[in-house]
Amino acid sequence: MATEVMETTSTRNYLNNGHTVKSWLLTLDHKRIGLLYLFSISIFFAIGGVYASLIRLELITPEGDLMTAETYNKVFTMHGVMMIFFFLIPSIPAVMGNFLLPIMLGAKDVAFPKLNLLSWYIFILGGSLMLITMINGGIDTGWTFYPPYSSIYSNTQVTLAGVSIFITGFSSILTGLNFMVTIHTMRAPGLTWFRLPLFVWAHYATSLIQILGTPVVAITVLALALERTFQIGIFDPKLGGDPVLFQHMFWFYSHPAVYIMILPSMGVISELIANMTRKRIFGYHFVAFSSLAIAVFGFLVWGHHMFTSSQSMYAGMVFSLITYAVAIPSAIKIFNWTATIYKGSVSYDTPMIYALAFIGLFTVGGMTGLFLAALGLDVHLHDTYFVVAHFHYVMVGGAIIGYLGGIHFWWPKMTGRMYPEVWGRISAAIIFLGFNLTFFPQFVVGYLGMPRRYHAYAPEFQVLHILSSAGASILAVGFIMPVFYFAWSVKFGKKAGNNPWMASGLEWQTSSPPPTENFTYQPVVTHEPYEFEHVEEIKNAGKLENKTA
Amino acid sequence: MAEHTAEHHIVPLKVYFAVFGALMVFTAITVFVAQFDLEHYWGPLNIIVAMTVATIKATLVVLYFMHVRYSSRLTQVIVVSGLFWLAILLVFTLMDYLSEPAGQPSWASNRKTIFLPG
Amino acid sequence: MAEHATHVPGLAHHFVSMEQQKEAGTIGMWIFLLTELMFFGGLFLAYAIFRYKYPDGFLQGSHLLSVPLGGLNTFILILSSLTMALGVYYSQMGDRKKLVAFLTMTLLLGLAFLVVKFFEYKEKFDHHLFPAIGFWNPAADHPPEQYHQHVRVFLWIYFAMTGLHALHMIVGAGILITLIYLARKGTFTKEYNSPVEISGLYWHFVDIVWIFLFPLLYLTGFHVSGGH
Repeated sequence: MATEVMETTSTRNYLNNGHTVKSWLLTLDHKRIGLLYLFSISIFFAIGGVYASLIRLELITPEGDLMTAETYNKVFTMHGVMMIFFFLIPSIPAVMGNFLLPIMLGAKDVAFPKLNLLSWYIFILGGSLMLITMINGGIDTGWTFYPPYSSIYSNTQVTLAGVSIFITGFSSILTGLNFMVTIHTMRAPGLTWFRLPLFVWAHYATSLIQILGTPVVAITVLALALERTFQIGIFDPKLGGDPVLFQHMFWFYSHPAVYIMILPSMGVISELIANMTRKRIFGYHFVAFSSLAIAVFGFLVWGHHMFTSSQSMYAGMVFSLITYAVAIPSAIKIFNWTATIYKGSVSYDTPMIYALAFIGLFTVGGMTGLFLAALGLDVHLHDTYFVVAHFHYVMVGGAIIGYLGGIHFWWPKMTGRMYPEVWGRISAAIIFLGFNLTFFPQFVVGYLGMPRRYHAYAPEFQVLHILSSAGASILAVGFIMPVFYFAWSVKFGKKAGNNPWMASGLEWQTSSPPPTENFTYQPVVTHEPYEFEHVEEIKNAGKLENKTA
Repeated sequence: MAEHTAEHHIVPLKVYFAVFGALMVFTAITVFVAQFDLEHYWGPLNIIVAMTVATIKATLVVLYFMHVRYSSRLTQVIVVSGLFWLAILLVFTLMDYLSEPAGQPSWASNRKTIFLPG
Repeated sequence: MAEHATHVPGLAHHFVSMEQQKEAGTIGMWIFLLTELMFFGGLFLAYAIFRYKYPDGFLQGSHLLSVPLGGLNTFILILSSLTMALGVYYSQMGDRKKLVAFLTMTLLLGLAFLVVKFFEYKEKFDHHLFPAIGFWNPAADHPPEQYHQHVRVFLWIYFAMTGLHALHMIVGAGILITLIYLARKGTFTKEYNSPVEISGLYWHFVDIVWIFLFPLLYLTGFHVSGGH
């Protein structure tokens, strides 16, 4: 890792190309927009984290002593809304996708830079409305907004929150649209579909879901807001509406939305594992197509959230069967990653620790999902802490672990500086331990019968809840540490050089941080992805062209 | 890089007028047929006829006015996938409603007692 | 390559060639229409479910709509689709005068559609048939009282779908005004006309939505009284 010596450190890059506030807020540069997203979603993550802490504090004792039931309802709702709509869904696509996708394709920018900036402003508008909702007392419906409670009975700011979600959805749609068009039309010469990094394949599949799913949830929350405002019978049975229709329309988006969160993370993990083991991903084509398969299958399983609603038994059986089928493409990925690690020259740097954590935690999360896909068992486990633990293993153990691993891996590219490796490993270990301590007891307490969304519980569950709350405080330490050492590294970190990991991929052939137009020459791709024998050669060629250009 | 170049295919004028004529004819057909109580023969017959005609009209617009017949394969795939996903939404939700177990209230049972005004 | 590309008028800096830019724009619009399809799709789903649940309410509700006015609007909209297609044709031929003429015709037809729609809406408000609370107060025999609640469901679907459609028409009118302005300035040539083509796609899509709305909303109850 002593490559920084010879690098041509380009003096002009996207970071020092303009220092005014205007040059950031009106930028059309996909890399700067990525950073704008990074800052904004970090703030929403912090807010969501505060709510999570409040939940864990309340649950230390069996009595509802810290807050009333009504307040608790608002707290877990705001935790879910913040984390899902304002952190997890934009996380990897809007930050790393925006930053890396055009560079990985050898393009100068995304296809529609103005739409890209607009998507950030829409996101900020939606987020501000949600903050106003929060200040006005928040909402208490749960992040799922089930009517008729949400449309008629709740006395909280559901309409405003619905409008906020509606607006934020368009930000997600614009990002997806931009990525899809960019991948289709702006690949560098020689960059065929099967030379694309798996990160790009994963983002293609994600965009598909964003484009096809988000409009449906937009019209759903719009209808909810209309029913609340005008009291017309859309979902309220008393007025002739149909609450189960809401659940169908909501989950048509919100189940695939789980894959919006996990697919980009899987793309990151593919990059990390290939580059950290210095091997071509085992079964590249299978991993690429499994992303698309997950995106398509993901649209066919939403009814498994509705086994205990009045959904018909036959529909339940079909949805249950297809849900099991989703396990196949997910398992393909897991097996191919482990096969890639086998006999690779593994370096246990922070990104690899996150990648290994992902494999373990996502497997647990995925397998417990199969428990819940079983029609009979789901009647027992539905709406218990077992479900809570399951989706946190997927969302935190999968999506956030992948997000953190990716941030560590590409941090040198984004800033030109290395993060401190020792602190990186320590915080990764703390997060892994804290996470398991927080959520593993919840599987047990859920299986024993503790329902979710209650602020008080039977005293015999207290030991498990104390374990969980203790884990949460460890987890919080793990999440706060990177904030400090990343900030430190921007100023004091070791200079990274173009390619500190000796990784393959077009993004490592340009300087760190990249120039505004990404490449000083037109990159031409002549090799298959993840061919590490050529990394040195490609780098020299790039430098050569760099000089002649 | 891209597997197809957007070639400039100019559709002759008479195709546009022919399509317009066909759309007018189909509109007349759908209004005309809608006056008859086909549900007397089979419950959903009216809606099936109306939707078939509308689908033919929409197909004509997509193929000729929107040039999809002459467009790249990618555009055609996008159109078809849009229909596919719309079908998922409609079919899987209706699958739930149409397979209500026996004993549950069936909303379509009092179909005969239709109120005729005036 | 990038050096001389910047000299082509109308080519953004981040594209390599005019073909790439045009392809990106076209695919972008098609993907946008995909999202629009799913957006309307949610309402079509609501229509299907509630029609299945309340067949009689839908027949009665459909009766409240005027088939002649709906038919007139169908005619206007299909005609406007034709003029839009002709506008695209003349932009491809590089005929500025005819392009402006047909775009203007399309705009006028679109506005005519909205005027007809306005009078239809006004009639509903006058009869207290707008389904929102505070407005909904139909006379007992209009529609028949036992169907009031189900007709109300039909009417919110009617207002939501046609309202959303009208909103798209208004946006389309805005796009047309921009296009007419640019076309008069002489922006579009035989070589550079993709904004006209792409806007045409949007206009035709809005037309297609109406092609489905007309039979679903207006013609559903037409046979019950044997027509008007």
